[in-house]
Amino acid sequence: MTNQEKYIGAFTDALNVEAGETGALVYGQSGAWDSVGHMRLIANLEDAFDIMMDMDDIIDFSSFAKGKEILRKYDVEI
Amino acid sequence: MMWKFDSRPNSIAAIDDSGTELTYEQLAAEGQRLAGQVGERCLVFCLCQNDLGSLLGYTAFLNHHIVPALLSAKLDAELLQSLLTTYHPRYLWAPETMAVEGDACYIAFGYRLTKTQFADTPPLYVQLALLLTTSGSTGSPKFVRQSYRNIRANTDSIVEYLRLTADERPITTLPMNYTYGLSIINTHLDVGATLLMTQYGIAQKEFWNFFKDHAATSFGGVPFTYEMLDRMRFTRMELPSLRTMTQAGGKLLPKLHQKFALWSKETGREFIVMYGQCEATARMAYLPWDRGIEKIGAMGVPIPSGRFALIDVDGSEVTQPHTTGELRYFGDNVTLGYATGAADLAKGDERGGVLDTGDMAQFDDDGYYTIVGRKKRFVKLFGNRVNLDEAERLLKARFAGADVACGGKDDHLVIYGTDDALLRQMQPYLAEKTGLHASGFTVKTVACIPKNDAGKTLYHELEMLND
Repeated sequence: MTNQEKYIGAFTDALNVEAGETGALVYGQSGAWDSVGHMRLIANLEDAFDIMMDMDDIIDFSSFAKGKEILRKYDVEI
Repeated sequence: MMWKFDSRPNSIAAIDDSGTELTYEQLAAEGQRLAGQVGERCLVFCLCQNDLGSLLGYTAFLNHHIVPALLSAKLDAELLQSLLTTYHPRYLWAPETMAVEGDACYIAFGYRLTKTQFADTPPLYVQLALLLTTSGSTGSPKFVRQSYRNIRANTDSIVEYLRLTADERPITTLPMNYTYGLSIINTHLDVGATLLMTQYGIAQKEFWNFFKDHAATSFGGVPFTYEMLDRMRFTRMELPSLRTMTQAGGKLLPKLHQKFALWSKETGREFIVMYGQCEATARMAYLPWDRGIEKIGAMGVPIPSGRFALIDVDGSEVTQPHTTGELRYFGDNVTLGYATGAADLAKGDERGGVLDTGDMAQFDDDGYYTIVGRKKRFVKLFGNRVNLDEAERLLKARFAGADVACGGKDDHLVIYGTDDALLRQMQPYLAEKTGLHASGFTVKTVACIPKNDAGKTLYHELEMLND
């Protein structure tokens, strides 16, 4: 599985959305992306890429696009 | 009047996300204007969010003997409509951005007062102060009726045991229409402190920026809040202004209780576990912070001027420590009763200061109480009583971070979870732990565990997923 697929998979599983909808997702504006969904999403990402995210990055992870930037810090290229 | 705002006119009562500040004098003056628009004692639906407009409405109504029913501003439109037709409030106080029917008559701080079509606002019992829902976002028509005396008594007790002063700057982490979130507002206004009101949640950067910019000194959280903070490795954060964290709204995992109690002790802070229900205004017990580590898992002792008794199956009082009984509470904060329709708002005090909490509890040799489960949250597997809350805690302790809840009926237990692979491990684990055959447990994969705004599991909705 490519990193892109893993990344999208983390969203579809945590937020119960279709793969095609993930690109536009923003915290707080997409139904299931609330605090509960956020914690599931972070857990999925940490498992998928075998990383431990810092708190600053967890709270900065506010959209699908922003997330890609953040993961770069952990040497994950999407 | 509930609060005497004029005793500290120039102190800041609240600051919101936009940085707007409201002094106590302004809060009093704005409140008087708003209440003047309403002009009479009647029922008002107040659609809450953590901002100045919402605070203004709530305090104005309570201080001027107008009865607010506090609901979430995020409440589904259909559910709101059904509550309106059930209760016939004379006015609505709601964010300006919300589309509501009726005549707009006053606007302040992003909120709008709208006169409804109902001319027949229901008669209100003279002591009735406030209506709160027990379920948060589900729009249940069942309200808890709180009196002026209830709120005053509970506020005094909480201010006393938390030793609150005007120096406090609590940041909002819970909805205002949720009893625990509201008690934080009530008590801090009472001592002249400064409320930091934010619409952002703890998983968002904006929340922590607001926290740091305005030097928050305390926050409250339900178990889910602390599970999240733990997951976020919160204890690594630099928050020099933070002095106190409180916890209520359900039993925290003992492992997390210990973790936060130890961290607080090491960093010179107070972590205070508490116990309460909307039916008791907010609070019934607290665990003094200096006993927190020694009494992991306990919820503490009754609040000042409250009292507990444990009642066994025969109806007599438990006198021996470490014996389970149903928890009964006595105090002036025991609310008047419920309402399920407009006619109930005329009812007087139906409880007389005594509340059967529906929680099963024990006390230890020092008189510290521990909740062991809900009276009704039991199933009987192969003739053995299994407490669903206990089962859930077992699973959460073993499968850290798993989103899981236990339900079921009569003779089977259902483990609800979001992760297939984990669920398959949970079934044999629970069978092993309880010493009962695995066939008594079934698993059910769900998209998410339904929770209310405060993060508490909605078991009723969960069970409906299984029908």
